[in-house]
Amino acid sequence: MSEHLLVAAGFGGQGVMLIGQILATAGMFDNKHTTWLPSYGPEMRGGTANCTVVVSDEPIASPITNTPNELIIMNIPSLIKFEKEIQSDGLMVINTSVVDRDTIRDDISIIKVDANAIAEKLGNLKVANMVVLGAYLKKTGAVTLEGVKRALEKKLTGSKATLIDLNIKAIEEGMKSVT
Amino acid sequence: MAERIMVKGNEAMAEAAVRAGCRLYFGYPITPQSEFTEYMARRMPEVDGVFLQSESEVAAVNMVYGAACTGHRVMTSTSSPGFSLMQEGVSYIAGAMLPAVFVNVVRGGPGLGDIQPAQSDYFQSTKGGGHGDYHLIVLAPGSIQEAVDLMETAFRLADNYRVPVMMLADGMLGQMMEPVVFPEYVKLDGINDHSSWALRGTDGREPHKVTSFDIDPVRLEEMNTETHKVYEEIRSKEIRFETHDLEDADYILVGYGTMGRILGSVVKMARKQGIKVGLFRPISLWPFPYDELKKAAKGKRFCTVVEMSTGQMVEDVRLSVEGALPVHFYGRTGGMVPTPDEVFKELVRLIG
Repeated sequence: MSEHLLVAAGFGGQGVMLIGQILATAGMFDNKHTTWLPSYGPEMRGGTANCTVVVSDEPIASPITNTPNELIIMNIPSLIKFEKEIQSDGLMVINTSVVDRDTIRDDISIIKVDANAIAEKLGNLKVANMVVLGAYLKKTGAVTLEGVKRALEKKLTGSKATLIDLNIKAIEEGMKSVT
Repeated sequence: MAERIMVKGNEAMAEAAVRAGCRLYFGYPITPQSEFTEYMARRMPEVDGVFLQSESEVAAVNMVYGAACTGHRVMTSTSSPGFSLMQEGVSYIAGAMLPAVFVNVVRGGPGLGDIQPAQSDYFQSTKGGGHGDYHLIVLAPGSIQEAVDLMETAFRLADNYRVPVMMLADGMLGQMMEPVVFPEYVKLDGINDHSSWALRGTDGREPHKVTSFDIDPVRLEEMNTETHKVYEEIRSKEIRFETHDLEDADYILVGYGTMGRILGSVVKMARKQGIKVGLFRPISLWPFPYDELKKAAKGKRFCTVVEMSTGQMVEDVRLSVEGALPVHFYGRTGGMVPTPDEVFKELVRLIG
């Protein structure tokens, strides 16, 4: 796919905005065109949150879509909201640790990741988002792991810099989970 | 190539203003613009500038008025309800012929509205939101890079013409991120000489007077006529717009700012299906590219204007084409953003 139109969605606090920012920033380091658009509003931890990321070889006109070709789904409300919108032959990555039901769509590729369990094994539930990102990257190759590492270095600075290795490990474990 | 940096629209515009030589910022936080104010709070002390968070937008615009009297590069940023509060000051600044830059990161209205993206402040921005015979130069960037590049233009135009300039953005442009290359810092020596009129102390010279007031209608008319000569010059020299795929097009889409950018995707979708559509994107909303749009529309079957409003710029489009072809309108309001798919569907419906 030359153009990735991704919506990443979940509960506030699950780190879906970070998934999008890391992906978009990695795209920039890979010399691609890229945009990150957050849903924003009176959001709160536990509410729903999503962002739209476009990664493309060509200049991006619209940073918004209601027909994504890729979805990262971190909770059930997001599954219900976005499964109707994804294009046929699209890709849906589901965090099955939280989403305990199947999609109604049978015309798309589906990757299931037990992301919370994998993150807990790594010792930090918070990196479940990076596990899911890893699974997504393994399947799509949207951006390079090198680009992702550079993006993490840009994003996690100061006292958070110590978390870079853990996040990379989580991405690698997510990649391994896709067979 | 200079380094590309992933940055939010609000922060990118603020950094661009600093690089354009703005050292005086007065503002009051309001969503979806607040990162602009926050960025300036951190950045201005680093460049020996002034950051002042006022007690309200009314205070902020009057601080801009006062600071603009010194002839230095000064600005504020806000979002729709905040810009409404500023209108009295904007009118005074325009009346006194002072350079200043305003950024409006537009949100849903009217009233308190909501905090989602909108383009419903077009009338207010281009037709004079305050009282009296005045105009702002209004620039509408379609991407973060364009917003960055236009920021220096905004300050330069304000300086050259002594006219306040508005950067009309929207919540989407303010909140999204994309890679940006920042320009070098502007060297202000020699381009910012306002010593003939600025208020910087009267040591060794006669006092200057900066005012929007004259009790004598004969003199006030003269003052306004002088201002309008400047507006005429701006009309003849500062039209900005962009076109895509217009040459062989049967239909024209017209949109500005973020919406203009989204329409680029509609053009691609249509062309893939063999529908010949072109795009006209006004960048200067005042002065509006009336003649250029009229020329572009010649021989086309119809024109569709798309806005995040119930229809404002469409009136200027109708004035441009002078009835030469049908002008349709499609809009969403209240913070809803038309997607490429829904605009494409509307286009197909109109073609019939």
